[in-house]
Amino acid sequence: MLDLVARLGHKGLKKLEAFGSAGVILMQALVARPQPFTMLPLVVKQIHFVGVLSLIIIVVSGLFIGMVLGLQGYTILVDYGSEQAVGQMVALSLVRELAPVVTALLFAGRAGSALTAEIGLMKATEQLSSLEMIGVDPLRRIIAPRFWAGFICLPVLATIFSLVGIMGGALVGIDWLGIYEGSFWSNMQNSVDFREDILNGLIKAVVFGFVVTWIAVFQGYDCVPTSEGISDATTKTVVYSSLSVLALDFVLTALMFGDL
Amino acid sequence: MRIRVMEIGVGAFLLAGMVALLMLALNVSGLNLERKNTYKVYARFENIGGLTERSKVTMSGVLIGQVSDIRLDQDALQALVEMEIHEEVDFLSIDSSASILTAGLLGEKYIGVVVGAEEEYLQDGDFFEDTQSALVLEDLIGKFLFNEVSE
Repeated sequence: MLDLVARLGHKGLKKLEAFGSAGVILMQALVARPQPFTMLPLVVKQIHFVGVLSLIIIVVSGLFIGMVLGLQGYTILVDYGSEQAVGQMVALSLVRELAPVVTALLFAGRAGSALTAEIGLMKATEQLSSLEMIGVDPLRRIIAPRFWAGFICLPVLATIFSLVGIMGGALVGIDWLGIYEGSFWSNMQNSVDFREDILNGLIKAVVFGFVVTWIAVFQGYDCVPTSEGISDATTKTVVYSSLSVLALDFVLTALMFGDL
Repeated sequence: MRIRVMEIGVGAFLLAGMVALLMLALNVSGLNLERKNTYKVYARFENIGGLTERSKVTMSGVLIGQVSDIRLDQDALQALVEMEIHEEVDFLSIDSSASILTAGLLGEKYIGVVVGAEEEYLQDGDFFEDTQSALVLEDLIGKFLFNEVSE
């Protein structure tokens, strides 16, 4: 019985320790003497890798989610004779919720797992320790640019997702289902507020970008340097980021829109 | 050369993000960058129904301002509504009336202003003397039932 309690305590301490060391790694990677000239090209390369190359999946899923929202909204709202409200529904649900959350989930799957695997393999092939040997801090050289890139890319991707989704909703609503174009857009513009909705959605995306990339680089840096360890770390990245994105989304929504 | 292509790609990506944000702001939220100069007028209502801040103030259906604040006037025990009216609309005579109306059957509440005949005009801080409260459906049904019974 006591054994069981001890094992639980051991596990709890382990988790807490991992959390703490994740924080320490992040701090060490970010709070260093800034070196914009060596750093910038590295960040650009990573933005290309996690941002530009994720664009296709983001655009395609944004388009389809917007189209589905338009279609579903129409079939329900047309019963009440208020199909002009489709624009408002599509825009609000995309800007407030779906764009940040779905982008973060896709980002965790597309870019987060790749970051973890890359860093994990670097660790397994001892590239990180060789960097240290020649006097280059791997935290700054490897971790920091990847972190910044993810942090910058997610809000940009989420914004593009919103826009493409709304276009998709407009395509279905106006062109296929024949909602009057003027009331579609004016209903949307009357109900969407720049600060309340768009900026809050952007804040969500920034927070998710921070969390997802943080988890990805930490799991990579902390993994057991074997092939099993890397696969384990990659799985953990996707699972942990998805769960924390969904949980954080509830907290942020309650703070922003819930009048708590 | 490959690095240059990559840099161009990243630049275009960030630019696309900014353009997307701008389009969201202008097309979707209808953000108006030029802040219109306004003056404030007030009105007391018995019942504001579902009027909220940022509700529209219209005259003959044309937008002339928005509701900026709603609070309870403790002296009159009525709702005190503060409105910001666009500066160029300076011809609201002092006997104008403000009524709370509903857009459509179940739509949002807004304030409709009807201009009176006086030569003097409402200034910043003035009150609408003539107001008409929101139509509350329950009251209406209650009155209707009462009439039926008394007949």
